[in-house]
Amino acid sequence: MTQSVATHLASGLADPVFGSQTVFRTLLDALSAPGKVFTLADDLAGAPAGLPAAAASILLTLADYETPVWLPEGYDETRRWLAFHSGAPVASSKTNAKFALMDAASPDTHLGAFNLGEDRYPDTSTTVIIVCEALSGGSPQTLRGPGIQTTTTFAPLGVHPSFWDEIAENNALFPLGVDLIFVAGSAIAGLPRTTQIAGA
Amino acid sequence: MNTPHHDPDYNFGYLDEQTKRMVRRALLKAIAIPGYQVPFGSREMPLARGWGTGGIQITAALIGPADTLKVIDQGADDTTNAVSIRRFFERVSGVATTELTEDATIIQTRHRIPEKPLEAGQILVYQVPQPEPLRKLEPSEAETRKMHAWAEYGGMYVRLYEDIARYGHVATTYSYPVLVNGRYVMSPTPIPKFDNPKMDDMPALQLFGAGREKRIYAIPPYTSVKSLDFEDHPFTVQSWTEPCALCAANDSYLDEVITDDRGGRMFVCSDSSYCEDRRAKGHVGKELATAEALAYVGHVEGGSDVA
Repeated sequence: MTQSVATHLASGLADPVFGSQTVFRTLLDALSAPGKVFTLADDLAGAPAGLPAAAASILLTLADYETPVWLPEGYDETRRWLAFHSGAPVASSKTNAKFALMDAASPDTHLGAFNLGEDRYPDTSTTVIIVCEALSGGSPQTLRGPGIQTTTTFAPLGVHPSFWDEIAENNALFPLGVDLIFVAGSAIAGLPRTTQIAGA
Repeated sequence: MNTPHHDPDYNFGYLDEQTKRMVRRALLKAIAIPGYQVPFGSREMPLARGWGTGGIQITAALIGPADTLKVIDQGADDTTNAVSIRRFFERVSGVATTELTEDATIIQTRHRIPEKPLEAGQILVYQVPQPEPLRKLEPSEAETRKMHAWAEYGGMYVRLYEDIARYGHVATTYSYPVLVNGRYVMSPTPIPKFDNPKMDDMPALQLFGAGREKRIYAIPPYTSVKSLDFEDHPFTVQSWTEPCALCAANDSYLDEVITDDRGGRMFVCSDSSYCEDRRAKGHVGKELATAEALAYVGHVEGGSDVA
């Protein structure tokens, strides 16, 4: 029994204290500079198949028993792995989720299905990790907002076309709305609810 | 990884990992909603609430082996609160500390922003006694939450107007309220209003921690921060008729120092690092000799008294 668990579960952060500290600082930088691509240090000793290294690092750094995580279909191994390493419960619905994983190419791009927070407590909204093919090489979007000096260009690859309209709608809800972290491999970019899409 | 030596009786940075995760989640949401106060589970710290426990918890959640920490209290690196917090982090994290603003990656501050402009990549952590700018107008947290939710800030303008009606100008000189990103009215903490303009469009990240009141808030880099004012009574900062008595700076915030019991006094930079740096570069204020005679300042040879 012990043997089979050991062979089926991937490991987590190589060093839980310093690994999560460097991941967090990169996340802090990413949300403070929307659209800028950062690469996470390789502190991960293992991750479940199908889960990008960056998403695995972020979940291990931020999720625990207080934060229900919503995972789409097909992430069963991630579900077991996350329960073992973080103790994070699986969210019963998108509106209960503190963190969620979403495939950028999926036609179901509706961000309003997640928890958007409430007017007195907008911080209770979901943080959504968007899994992309790459964080460059896609159709360029011009971004502006807090954290961006003038404007910046962000061009993640493999994003469903309707996604940018969803992000614009999410921004219009401010101070409500979800916050997005785009990931591909070990690269991440933040897109908090304050970021405006200024067009192609 | 070359990890610095910290007291092995404590986890790195003092806080346990679950607390760090909770503080980190609050910080990320605070950045996403500039100026909004995120509630967090403030912990007991080994010093009394009101002595910077909010700032300390933020710094503890941020700090890593690659960081260099500077701690200031009313601008000075060498006052009690700053020295004890710096020693605390030397002990529980073992990271490098500095008094030079430009060398620091994290600057924890009580009630000042350094005179030297902060750069992109630096993080300024404020200690916050009262995070709620509307508290003196409305004692109920439930009510102030609603006022922020619906941007009901009329009362704050009335408060400033009453100053003008009574004194002819806005008499608030510290904790002067600001509007962040055009949405949330925020307390800049008890910094002098002299420092308010530095917050606007700052390249560094600004984080605010209120330990007793259990709130964290943030201003991302390059974010609009406007001090509340009126078209016919625009916001102004303090000014002095004389430069710093020690370093002759005429662009810094000055503190009054009493030099004897016969009414003698001088005005000196509150930012001790800035003042020392200027004196080391040869700037001489007109009362520097008096101050040295009183041992108010040591003879600066570019050295530091921090062990």
